[in-house]
Amino acid sequence: MIEFFADAYKLLTEHYEFLLRGVGYTMLIALVGTVAGLLIGLATGVLRTCPLSHNLFIRILQRVFNAIITAYVEIFRGTPMMVQAMVIYWGYAFASGGQTLPLIPSGILIVSINTGAYMAEIVRGGIMSIDNGQFEGAAAVGMTHWQTMIHIILPQVLRNILPSVANEFVINIKDTSVLNVIGVTELYYFADVVKRQSFQTFQTYLVVCVIYFILTFSVTRILRLLEKKLQITDSFVICGSQSDPNAEIRITKQPEVPND
Amino acid sequence: MTNQPVIEIKGLKKSFGNVAVLKGIDLKVSAGEVVAIIGSSGSGKSTMLRCINLLETPTEGQILWHGKNVQTEIDSLSKYRASVGMVFQQFNLYANLTVLQNCTLPQIKVLGRSKAEAERIAKDYLDRVGMLPYQNARPAQISGGQKQRVAIARALSMNPEVLLFDEPTSALDPEMVGEVLAVMKTLAQEGMTMLVVTHEMAFARDVSSRVVYMNQGVVCEEGTPAEVFGNPQKQETKDFLARFLNA
Repeated sequence: MIEFFADAYKLLTEHYEFLLRGVGYTMLIALVGTVAGLLIGLATGVLRTCPLSHNLFIRILQRVFNAIITAYVEIFRGTPMMVQAMVIYWGYAFASGGQTLPLIPSGILIVSINTGAYMAEIVRGGIMSIDNGQFEGAAAVGMTHWQTMIHIILPQVLRNILPSVANEFVINIKDTSVLNVIGVTELYYFADVVKRQSFQTFQTYLVVCVIYFILTFSVTRILRLLEKKLQITDSFVICGSQSDPNAEIRITKQPEVPND
Repeated sequence: MTNQPVIEIKGLKKSFGNVAVLKGIDLKVSAGEVVAIIGSSGSGKSTMLRCINLLETPTEGQILWHGKNVQTEIDSLSKYRASVGMVFQQFNLYANLTVLQNCTLPQIKVLGRSKAEAERIAKDYLDRVGMLPYQNARPAQISGGQKQRVAIARALSMNPEVLLFDEPTSALDPEMVGEVLAVMKTLAQEGMTMLVVTHEMAFARDVSSRVVYMNQGVVCEEGTPAEVFGNPQKQETKDFLARFLNA
């Protein structure tokens, strides 16, 4: 037991540079990939909920677009990201006659596209959960679909889907490990390197396992805090008087303690 | 004002699937009129109102706005909807915005007003409905009656020519109905053109200039409040009023 901790300590002190770089790239790819995926999801959500135009040409365009989005979602949800990474990376090399994309941007691209497919469904669910009255309230004053989405619907959707987005982020932190198949230098890639240098397979992977957990756990805690901050329908107390127009109205989260 | 009606509904029909909700409605509304639309649930009152600002697309017939067909002859649906305000049964305030922002966002986005001007106008109307002190509250933090008064201020902030009310007091506790009706009554007295779908018979009788009784998707009877309430001509109207007055 003590021997194991000594090994682990030795691993960390001797190879911390590798591991830190791995953590850095893993977090970079996961964070950018999740944010980009969310943006893809929001964009598809706005497009898919757009009412069909009366103009025939635009209507056909909309239908084609919707079909493309559906195909995208189904294909990228229905195949493993590891295989997607190989197909996209080597597909580009094949098409360009041997040139390859730089690795880190490739990793970000793959994670973004993959996450976007999931986010499209998460956002769609989020939009569906918004009361139809919000759309009608906006339509009745003459707001366009775009204005309604940007100013009224999506802010509410974002708040509602935050737990699912956090979930995707956590999944991405772990799933960047599959990018080692194309040689992206994320945490798992460096774990392999450390293992080969130290010949301590079990110790290395257990240490990396703990590092992954620290990363995901920190992220969930931070996002939970953010969620709490965005909560606006907590219990509240309105202090003031409706009959006296000069009375100051305050809305507080906690009941006010009356003065002695 | 010319004699041309502000809104004219011609042969309006609306079906949802096989269910014909409106079976040919004709109605004219002139400037300054307050038209109360009464009738049983399911008689098509709300559907008719929602067809006017095209929240529902008519199956057949025309909606004319100052003589122009709103589906084919007007330049901009946004501008048209901005000039026809609507107050909903469920308020439909924007849940993510404050009371003040609810009243300024449509002005800024649809009418292109500056933020300062929009706020000045919004505060003026919020003050008139007694909601100015709550300008920074969120919809979830105020009562139903207060929400509906904000919704009215939001509609008024757009300076509409006509206001449509879709059962504005039906979702309210009895004690809150009065505060909303009081605001509507003031508007009516100031000459606002209003179409009010309502179950508040006292409002229809005392405030409206014309009462339209709808039954099973058609206008069954219309006239002044005195005519419809005092001396209904059709048996259906008599039955409906008897049910309501005895209830």
